[in-house]
Amino acid sequence: MAINPDILDKPLVTGSDAGALVEFVNELTTLNLGPTHPATHGIFQNILQMDGERIVRVQDTTIGYIHRAFEKLAEHRPFYQITTITDRLNYCSSPINNMGWHMTVEKLLGISLPKRAQYIRVIAMELARISDHLICNSILGVDTGAFSGFLYLFQEREKIYEIYEEICGSRLTTNMGRIGGMERDLSPLAIEKLRKFLKEFPAVMKEFEALFNRNRIFMDRTVDVGPISVADAIDYGFTGPNLRAAGVDYDVRVMNPYSSYEDFEFEVPVGTNGDTYDRYLVRNEEIWQSLRIIEQALNNLPNDGFHADAPHYYLPSKEDVYTKMEALIYHFKIIMGEIDAPVGEVYHAVEGGNGELGYYLISDGGRTPYRLHFRRPCFIYYQAYPEMVKGVTLSDAILILSSMNVIAGELDA
Amino acid sequence: MAFSNQQLLDDLQQQFANSILLVEEPFGLLTIETNRDVIINMLSYLKGHTTFQFIFLTYLTAVHYPDQKEKEFAIVYHLHSWVHNFQLRIKVFVPSPNPEMPTATVVFRSANWMERETYDNMGIHFVGHPDLRRILNVEEMDYFPLRKEYPLEDQLRQDKVDSMFGR
Repeated sequence: MAINPDILDKPLVTGSDAGALVEFVNELTTLNLGPTHPATHGIFQNILQMDGERIVRVQDTTIGYIHRAFEKLAEHRPFYQITTITDRLNYCSSPINNMGWHMTVEKLLGISLPKRAQYIRVIAMELARISDHLICNSILGVDTGAFSGFLYLFQEREKIYEIYEEICGSRLTTNMGRIGGMERDLSPLAIEKLRKFLKEFPAVMKEFEALFNRNRIFMDRTVDVGPISVADAIDYGFTGPNLRAAGVDYDVRVMNPYSSYEDFEFEVPVGTNGDTYDRYLVRNEEIWQSLRIIEQALNNLPNDGFHADAPHYYLPSKEDVYTKMEALIYHFKIIMGEIDAPVGEVYHAVEGGNGELGYYLISDGGRTPYRLHFRRPCFIYYQAYPEMVKGVTLSDAILILSSMNVIAGELDA
Repeated sequence: MAFSNQQLLDDLQQQFANSILLVEEPFGLLTIETNRDVIINMLSYLKGHTTFQFIFLTYLTAVHYPDQKEKEFAIVYHLHSWVHNFQLRIKVFVPSPNPEMPTATVVFRSANWMERETYDNMGIHFVGHPDLRRILNVEEMDYFPLRKEYPLEDQLRQDKVDSMFGR
């Protein structure tokens, strides 16, 4: 919505006091939104020039409040210790980051995984995608004033976290999987919990959609709010649900399948005009598609082992370490970071919760990466934010920010 | 894929005759090296080309090689042609004191923050950038942390007293 330039010239009050008021009205207010505003769900600062409720322009955008220099840290760590760094990028979907990193290193090392390991990874990644989208969409609901949807969905997110716990032992920063496979097989309890989740979650999701999708207030608040055209979205480097909401069906899982995504049947939802409502709908539909993928993976789970045969890089089982000489040696070498990686230059991308998450890894043949660059989707598309909020009201700007799914940990790396 | 690495390379070699300095294919990804005089022309040529359509800048970053004389910094552009699902990496090497590059923001708007990040981490000056300031680190910082000469904190340093950190 464009600002009417006449607003600035039009006096609100006429009469004897008009002179003073006109001066007041003509002045723009500078509003400091953030860095710790509760509605921004992270630490972002935007200095806005406001004309009443409307944003005339974003004067400055400050990021980097939780910058931890991951790229520098990664240059000083053995490969397997970098997984914990990737946890802390997009912390709403850590397993995707973990698997993306493992796959990057596996590509460099030339390890190919058995199908079962790949399928387990797909299950973990799709669970992560669901929980990522759940948070984004339910928080969007909270920002429009509807709190209950958020509570309903957070109960389900808790169940996803319980499945994570069964798979890898932790919840938020999962450190899931290993270079060369998964650390352990899916336990019977994990499969049971997955089945239970697949059975019970759709009803909750349907309820959530019934609450929001055709909700008059929600639609009024989100339809045509913060739209972005296809050309702008591509030029600003949008990927993931935000790009698909604008109408481009670019999905890394389809275009460059990894971890056996080509085995599964799923659809890539796209929107039409890339507004907040479209982004919301695309995420919802992706949750349904993720459920489809998990179900297919679980039903067709092959039985060929949960890790590759790569003793130089994959930690041996504890039992072997205590009983076999070779396993003890490998265990020691891997843990002490004394494994040299081959020389190479790799780029591997996965479809993260909010876009193309890429790892650009340069190895000089040493024990740590020579250079590791994270292509963080929200760092790249967040720069379109000042453009997108131009002319909208302050309350809409908050909605646009939450619908873009900008995660501070990933933004600042 | 509508065209092969070789076809793209032939076209580029024809267009930028003496500026394709090195060609590699690590893991099948065509990687070419060029010089900074033609890089912006090359980017906009590739973006506007009717067949290739490299409309998407996946990332832009820099790598520091302190031991390569006159080629200390590599600036890496990764382009993606969604139409043909074709990826291309372009590298430009620049010498060390005051490394300078022309800005790619004139071709891709997404390059704006990527260049700011690269400047912040590596100190590459992107000439013509609309707003070249630090982005992740504090403004007052007087060094570029991702350069190789800045080591991480020494784990053995003695001047930190544990009791100050509640240990």
